[in-house]
Parts: sequence; C-alpha cells; structure tokens
Amino acid sequence: MTNPDFIKPADDFGKDAEEEACRTKRTLKLSGLEPFELTPETNFVNVGERTNVTGSRKFLRLIQDGKYQQALEVARAQVEGGAQIIDINMDEALLDGVQTMTTFLHLIAAEPDIARVPIMIDSSKWEIIEAGLKVIQGKGIVNSISLKEGESIFVARAKKIRQYGAAVVVMAFDEKGQADTLERRIEICRRSYDLLVNNAHFPPEDIIFDPNIFPVATGMEEHRRNALDFFMATQWIRENLPYANVSGGVSNVSFSFRGNNVVREAMHAAFLYHAIKHGMTMGIVNPEMLEVYDEIPKELLERVEDVLLDRREDATERLLDYADRVKDTGKKSEKTQQEWRQFPLQERISHALIKGLDEFIEIDVEEARQLSEKPLDVIEIFLMNGMNIVGDLFGAGKMFLPQVVKSARVMKKAVAYLLPYIEAEKKKFPAEAGARKNAGRILMATVKGDVHDIGKNIVGVVLGCNNFEIIDLGVMVPLEKIIETAVREQVDAIGLSGLITPSLDEMVYVAQALEKQGLEIPLMIGGATTSRLHTAVKIAPEYSQAAVHVLDASRAVSVAGNLVNKKNYTQFRDQIKQEYAALSEGYASRKSEKKYHSLEQARANRLRLDWSEFSPIKPNFLGVKTLEPDLEALVPFLDWTPYFQAWELHGRFPNILEDKVVGEQAKAVYEDAQNMLHGWIENKSLQPKGVFGLFPANQVDTDDIALCDASGKPLDKLITLRQQSVKTAGVANLALADFVAPKETGKQDYVGLFCVTAGFETDAIADAYAKDLDDYHAIMAKTLSDRLAEAFAEYLHHRVRTEYWGYASGEKLSSEDLIKEKYIGIRPAPGYPACPDHTEKRTIWKVLDVEKNIGVKLTENLAMWPASSVSGMYLAHPRAKYFGLGKILPDQVTHFAQRKNMDVGEATKWLQPNL
Amino acid sequence: MTLHTLLADRILVLDGAMGTMIQQYKFSEEDFRGQRFRDFPVSVKGNNDLLSLTQPEAIFDIHCKYLEAGADLIETNTFSATTIAMADYQMENLAYELNVASAKLAKKAAQKFTARTPEKPRFVAGAIGPTNKTASMSPDVNDPAYRAVTFDELVTAYKTQVEGLLDGGVDVLLIETIFDTLNAKAAIFAVTAVKNERNLDIPLMVSGTITDASGRTLSGQTVEAFLISISHVPLLSVGFNCALGAAQLKPYVERLSRIAEHYVSVYPNAGLPNHFGHYDQSPEEMQALLREYLKDHLVNIVGGCCGTTPEHIRLIAEEVKKYQPRSLKTLV
Repeated sequence: MTNPDFIKPADDFGKDAEEEACRTKRTLKLSGLEPFELTPETNFVNVGERTNVTGSRKFLRLIQDGKYQQALEVARAQVEGGAQIIDINMDEALLDGVQTMTTFLHLIAAEPDIARVPIMIDSSKWEIIEAGLKVIQGKGIVNSISLKEGESIFVARAKKIRQYGAAVVVMAFDEKGQADTLERRIEICRRSYDLLVNNAHFPPEDIIFDPNIFPVATGMEEHRRNALDFFMATQWIRENLPYANVSGGVSNVSFSFRGNNVVREAMHAAFLYHAIKHGMTMGIVNPEMLEVYDEIPKELLERVEDVLLDRREDATERLLDYADRVKDTGKKSEKTQQEWRQFPLQERISHALIKGLDEFIEIDVEEARQLSEKPLDVIEIFLMNGMNIVGDLFGAGKMFLPQVVKSARVMKKAVAYLLPYIEAEKKKFPAEAGARKNAGRILMATVKGDVHDIGKNIVGVVLGCNNFEIIDLGVMVPLEKIIETAVREQVDAIGLSGLITPSLDEMVYVAQALEKQGLEIPLMIGGATTSRLHTAVKIAPEYSQAAVHVLDASRAVSVAGNLVNKKNYTQFRDQIKQEYAALSEGYASRKSEKKYHSLEQARANRLRLDWSEFSPIKPNFLGVKTLEPDLEALVPFLDWTPYFQAWELHGRFPNILEDKVVGEQAKAVYEDAQNMLHGWIENKSLQPKGVFGLFPANQVDTDDIALCDASGKPLDKLITLRQQSVKTAGVANLALADFVAPKETGKQDYVGLFCVTAGFETDAIADAYAKDLDDYHAIMAKTLSDRLAEAFAEYLHHRVRTEYWGYASGEKLSSEDLIKEKYIGIRPAPGYPACPDHTEKRTIWKVLDVEKNIGVKLTENLAMWPASSVSGMYLAHPRAKYFGLGKILPDQVTHFAQRKNMDVGEATKWLQPNL
Repeated sequence: MTLHTLLADRILVLDGAMGTMIQQYKFSEEDFRGQRFRDFPVSVKGNNDLLSLTQPEAIFDIHCKYLEAGADLIETNTFSATTIAMADYQMENLAYELNVASAKLAKKAAQKFTARTPEKPRFVAGAIGPTNKTASMSPDVNDPAYRAVTFDELVTAYKTQVEGLLDGGVDVLLIETIFDTLNAKAAIFAVTAVKNERNLDIPLMVSGTITDASGRTLSGQTVEAFLISISHVPLLSVGFNCALGAAQLKPYVERLSRIAEHYVSVYPNAGLPNHFGHYDQSPEEMQALLREYLKDHLVNIVGGCCGTTPEHIRLIAEEVKKYQPRSLKTLV
C-alpha cells in the first residue's frame, strides 16, 4: 500500500494535536442548496431511504404511474422528518432509469425545501448514475461503485465521478464477489482505497465504504458472524483508511424477522448502537422502524445482542423463541387442531373453508342441510358466510392465493354434495328454479392464438370464491365465440387473458368488436404481458365501456365487483376512463422524450467484437437431434422462484420458505409440488421431448444470421432486430447477430436452435384434477409443468455446451449458478426481450422440423402447444448477453418486412409491442 | 514569475468592465458588422464579443487602458463567446474563432505592457461566461421538469470556448458570473476534459454571483454550498463578481474568505444601478468601500465589474499596494 504524501501512515495516525487539527479539516463536505459537513462531532448521518423504488413499493407505484408530485411529497416528508441526505434509486426493470432519474432530480431542483439537502444517486447502472450526476448542482454522493467489474472500470468510474464533483460509496465487492467475512471486507476495502487515492486521485474524505450489512439469525451457520464482522470491518476501516467514512443499509440485518416489527426495530437500534460505537458514520435507516436503544426490553436486548455479537451457540434459537412470543403466533398444538370440531356448525364450516380442510365438509354440510329450509340456503347462508371471511382475509393480505384456491376446493366439494338435493328441489318447485343469487356472471377466456391459462384459472377460482358465476371458455377462444357466448349468457363482464405478445392485439380486436356491435359489457384484461399502461393506451380508447387492467387475482374481486354493480358502474367506468386517459397522455408525452437512431445509425453503432482474437469452436455434433430424457434428469435444473410467483407468493427460493409473511404458505405449495413431482417421476406421467440442431452459421447483411447444414448448403436465415434508442457514448446498439462472426471475417461460426416440451400429458393431468373439483392441483400441475419445460431448456443447454457443441466442456457449475445463468453463451427465445419477434419460431420449426420430430405445434399467433414448451437459439460467444430490444422505428420495420418477405402491415402487427 | 508566486506576495488587480467601455464608442450596426459581416442576415448590434473580429483596435485599446491603469490581469472579450450564447445572433459557428481572436488581442496587449515593465508581468484571463441558459431551472413555470439546456450541451459549448481560449494563448481561465452552479460544473467538466486531452495544466479561477440580499446564487445555493460544489478541481482562486456593489457584497466575501482554501477574488459592480440602469458609483467611492476589504485581509485579487472604468481600476491599484494580501489556508 502506497500512501500519498498528505496522508500519514496508519500506525502513527492521529497521535499528536497538530495532526488531529488537520485531520478534522479533511472532512466529507457535501451540498444541496445548503452545505453539509460530516465532522467528528457529527453523531450519525441519517440517509433518507423512502425515495427508492427497490425499497418502497409506494414510491415505485407513484413513479410508475408518473405521479411525480406525490413522489416529491415523499422526498419532502423525509427531509422534514430529519433526513440529512436523500437516497434516490430508480432501478426497476420497467422504468426508463435514466429518464426517471433525470426527471425526478429536475423536479427536486425546483423544490427548495427538498433541494437544500445533498442527493445520494443510488443505482447499480452506471448510465443512471451518470444521468443523475449531470443534473445536480450540489455535491452529491454516488451509491455505489465497486471492484466487481475489475480495477480499470473501477478507477475510470471514480475519475469520472470526481470530474462531476461527487463523493462515492464503495461496496465491499470485487471480481470474486461480495465480501462476507472480516478478512474479505478488509482486503477489498484496503484495495479499493489504495486504488481510489493513488490511481484515481480521489480525496480520501470523499470515500464512504459500505462493508455489507447482511442478515443475522437466519439459522445458517455461516451467517452467525455477519453483524460482528461488519462492526469489526467498520472499526478497521476507521483506524486504517484515514478520513474514509462508513455507511450501510441497516434494515438488511433483520431480514429474517420480516413481519415482526418489535424484534426488527430492536435489532435496528441495537445494531446502530454498536455500529456507531465501532465507527459507522452514516447509514440508510427508516426512522419509523427504529426502537430507542434504551427502551428495548432487557430480555429482548440481551437476546438481540447475543445474536449481533455472536455471543452464544443458541443465540438464534433464543431470539426466535422470543420473537414467537411477542408475535403471539405460537404453533397451534395437536389438541387445538382437533378442538375446532367442537365449534358450532357455522364456525366449523367457516373454519373448514378458511383452512381448506375438506375432511369433514360433507358431514357438516349435511348437518346444515337438515337444519335448512331449502338446500340452496346451505350455500347462500352457511357456505357464503365462510367464503366472505375468506374474501375479506385475502383482500386484507392475511390469506394468500394458494390458501384461497384450497378454500375454493372445499367450497366446490360442498356444492357438489348439495347439487342432487338442489336439483330435486327444482323439480319440486320449478317456479324457484335458478333462484340462486350470485354476485354476477363473468365470462373468462384466453384469447385466440394463445394457450396459456394458469393466470386465468386462478382469477376464475378467486372470483368463484367470491360468489361470482364463472363461464370459462378455455384457451384459444376466437372473438366471435367470446361475443356470442357473452350475449347468449347475458354475462355481466368479460375477462380476457393471454401471455404472448400477439394476444395484446387480440384483446384490442375484442374491444373493437364489442364497440362495433354496440354491446355494453365491461372488459377485464389480465395476463403476464398485459399492463395497465397497455390497457390504457391501446384497449380502453377502443371501447366506450370500461376496459380495466387486473394486475393479479387479489385485485380481480374488487374490480369485478365494481363492474357488475349496476348502481356504481357508470361512476367506476368514468373514473377508470379518466385515469387511463391521463396515463395515456403521460405516456404520449414521455414517449417523445426518448431519442432514437435511424436503423442506419444504429447499425453504425453496432457491437463490433474482435474476431481476429476469437476463433469459434466447432461443435462436436452438427445436424439435428431429438431426445427424450427422464423427468428425473431435469430436477436439478428446476428454478423454483417463478413457481411461487405463479401463486402470487413473492420472494426468492429458497429464502421464501423462511419468509415471515408468506413462508408458511410457500412451504405448503412447495411440499405439495414436491409430492406431485415425485409421483410423476415414479409413474412416468410426463415424457419430456426435445429437439435441437447445431449449424455452421455466419452473420450476413449486418443483422442476419445465415445457417447452413454440415455440408455447407444454405438452410435458412435468422432475422434479428437491432436496438435503436440512443445510448450513452461507448454503449452499442445491439442485435443478436452481433454475437456471430460476420461472413467477411472468413471465420466459420456456429449457431444452435432448439425446442423442448415438458410433455403432452399435462392437460390431461390437470383436467382430471379439475374434474375432481380440485383446482388447486390442476393449477399446480400446469405451473409445475411450465417449470419442467424451463428446466429442460436449461438441461439441454447444459448438455449442448458441455457435450454436443462442447465449447464449455470443462464447465463446472452448481445448479444455483446454472439458474443464475452464470455460464458462457445465451439461449434467447422468440417472444422475449432480446428477440420479441415471434415469427422467428417459424424458422426454428422449419429448420428443426419440430412438429414432425417432437409434435410441438404453433398456433396461428405462434404460441407453442403444449403450453409448457420452450424454443430458442444458442449463441456461444463469451460476450453474448441478454438485452432488451426496446422501441424500434418504422424504418427498421420496413427493412425487417423486406428481409422476412412479409408486407409492412403484417410486420407492424408482429412488432407492435416494440413500436 | 507565475500567478501563484505573485499571489503569495501581493494583491493582484483585475481589470474593469469591458461593456461599459465599449458603450463609450457608440458603435452603430455597421460598425458591429464591419466588412466581413456586411450582409449578415440578422442584426448583430450589441454582440460585443464580435467586436474582437470587426473592431479589434477598439478592444485592444480598451485592454491597454486597463493595463495602463495598473491591472495585472485582463479578461478576454469572450463573456458570451459560446455556441449557446452566440445562437442569439446565429453566430454559433464563430464561437471558436471569436475566442482565439479575443485571446490573441488581450495577449498582445499584455505582452506589450510586460515588455515595458518586466518587474510587473501582465496576464490574460480567458473569460468564460454563464451562457444565457440555465441547467438547474426551468424557464417554463408550468413544467418544472423542463430544461432549456442540458449538461452535455453545456460541456460541448464550453469545450469549444476553452479550446479557442487556449489556442489564443490565455494564461489562466476564469469561469465567471456563475448564477447557476450546474452551468459552472459543466464548464469545469469541460476544462478538465480539455486539460486531460491536451495533457496540460492551466490555472482556473472561479467567480460566482450572489444575486440579492438573500445571499444566494440565482439557483438558490448559499455561499458555503456554492464553494463545496465547485471544489472538486484544483482552483487558483474563488470569489464573487457582478450583481451587487462592493458594499452589499462584503458579508458574502467575508464568509467565503473564512472557509475557502484557495485565493479569494472580488470584482463588484460600481454600486447598484440607478433608475436609468446606469452605474454611478465614483472611483473614489468604490476605492473607499474596497479599502474595508483590504483592511480585513479578505482578498487576493480585486477588480471591477459592470460600470467600472480604467479610473476605478487605477484607484484600486493604488490602494492594494498599501495592504498585505489574505494568507492562504492550506490543508497541510
């Protein structure tokens, strides 16, 4: 370590008075409209954290909806509440980070009450950081940079930050990963400091280290010293890296106690107390989640500190015990589980519905039937009372989707038991036939050309639980059938669902047709690719009745309720219309702000890989091959996180199983899935099928990839699309073709294509469950099957890399790393961000003869059937990466249409989502 | 002798107003145009920076008058010579040329006087104005997120100006009349970029503008916040100019002088403008007001801004000789 001459060596640092005097001068100075100085007398600097889209859902929602005025109020409240610096983060995949950061900082500049404090520009994306630096007049802080991408980028960015005039937060992160031990923290901070001070000439007082606050009491042995190591690292930094400050995000430490604020607040207070004692000078803290250290109950404090300071073997267990007690949610004993059978009848029925217990439901319903005047009363009184509680709890976020689906199963069983009695009653008293009142009748359909129905089924079940009558037309429903059924059945609302992008257009056509025929049936729009914005911009304007986007099943009930309620409908419709008009207008004005290159300019700024330095590896196998692996082979490649998302349980696997809020439910759906999976493996219920091909290929005409067979005979061309939005200097406008050696390099490159399906049996399995009134397992079967298709894609990619192509034959990755895609090469799929053009599937189908080889079909809108299928291409260059195409201009559409031999109108239809 | 060594030794004198002196010539539209711009499509009267090309003798004479009066440092006639400010006259493409020509004129005058009195070397400061657009504020009250100019546009414009000034031979750069610190940061960014590209070192002076008794810049920063915001590059001096007279400016210079680790400059207007928009503070009155600065050892560089004349500078130059400069605080 070489010290610049103005810094004294660490060991005799701070010893005499004169030195002390000059040390105090080298303080972190920042500014907004007013100055801010962190002196040795400053106790602790509180960085406001509410203006962070990754940490605050409320703030994210405001920004997403373009409600900047309210977002500013969040910032103002923080400053008024005592934040000395405000952290601003716009890192959300759906946001244009650069634009949003710029706009929000522009607006802050116009608010002297907010702009008086310094800004912390928080992003993991350099372009967003730089955009922020370009709009703050004061001296702010960049949060953060690190050695993650190596020394040269680290130093270059530090120099740039200095040129803009900001201080910097440095994460304890390097090429090997995040520092998780004391030694690693010291090693990385020391190295970062030396590079900053000596190579980047960064003033040491402008350096703030974030030595990583990690959760404690997670039950993992290696997490035991997380807090202690942070304290020790902080102390080491303060003693050995002169003038540098230490910061961190405090709420991380209590991550494993989410949902238990008593314990979390105590942990934050105790953590801060010790961290400050060890020299932490600033931090990101939510003041509302902070207990006063002295007011922490003695027993709790002792147990928290045992954990933080790793003082006892059983520290975690003891804190967990305490946590259970303060939460008052001790596990119910066997005895209480039996006790509910002693409850009065209505309570038993409600309990069975809420807990999803079907064991006794027929006995209880029979008892209720004998007490009731008519069998229908059992449904309308006993069962609906119970389901109303379920609906309320779900609405309040106290029950989760898998539980509700189980409740529905119990409900269906109960109704099925009663049906013969109701039919008999109808024969006796025909006048009262059809007298069953319900909340409303709703038609549900997955639109033409699309086969995805998990989300639609879930919404159907949830609405059914809330006493709506559901007419489910299934998948690939043409609009004529939707309208005809809606009219015939006099439905109160229509729910449209879809997953692939062309379905967005189908929904527009449905809206247009409804309008044309003068119908007044409100529309609900849902599915993974749909959004509130799309609904507002594309669907709502086509229809004079309400067309409402439904984000997830939990929102479906209130939306449907508003749509079918004749009294409130008009008001609700007008309100939605107004909201969407504003959204649409905001979109139009925002859209114009982004700048785009012509295709020619974008091509000029393409990624130019150095092919002189890189020789593509010839695959061990060339040609087309099919394979049918056992289900079991796919299991190690399963990525479970999306499985939980399908159940609207949010969190990453495996941590989600321990989550304080949804953990219990997550465990339940996980165990059930494991059981189903093992049953499938044992009985060979599903036969996965896959086909792939590896071909000599070269990039031609800048954006296309020409494929040949092994003998060199041309096969077909892959047409790739190029990004057109204007990038920051040095960032290329990408197309997938950039990753393949151009013909003119004279180097022979290779490309792969593939299609896999989890099996053709899924629908039959799911239907059998549905027939047995078990939506829970029906939905699970489809969701699990989707996961298996993805796992198959991962499995096959692995074998291609290590075996058939063999360019990464030495690859050794854990399944976790496989899921995180830490391998070389990519497998982009048509319909996804790098290749939104679904029509490439036609080329894949042709070249691999997919339908003949494994039977997977394409629908007219190019959805794959069976739904649990994946197709795509393999690119092997080490620098190949996933990217989002983003918006493109009409010039590329015209060009694309020529290359595809399509007319421009058709090309426009396929590329609509990117226009 | 470098500016640094001179500043350690004595208080240096900066020149006075260029615009005030140009007004005395009462140039007509034709005079502004000269031969070269006889057929230029828009009116160019009032484009003072253009006179370096069309009336170079007048500009040279004004420089000489200030040098004669005792100025150690004279500013180039380039306050508005950026592509952004020149757009008002459709003369964006002249920006580089104007800077080179103005720098050369000032340099010629300075060299003439240095040759005459080698013991009192004269220096040229390349004047970098704020442009007529602001990066921190929206000109549209209904759209606070709008900006008429971006950081990148400012950097591009300033780079052209800096390159012209350096090619014309200035000794120091002076970013002045800063009413929006973000504009100044863009200018600083451009200076750093050009220095890095050319691998050269040239001293940089920075002078902000406190617009009124609020004690803040137009963009809202306090004296201290302003200083912190521009301290990320090595500066020869930091100070204030324009908007206020010496009397009104003093409390802010006092605050700056207490905390700045650089040399401190001040060049106030000749008082506040009267009802007709003219500055009528006499050289003697201004001299007396600035004497208070000198007694308190607040400054290292003194000059004049709007309304000041060679006579003002002559009296200031006489006065500074009697006082010790402010001593520079150092970090160690």
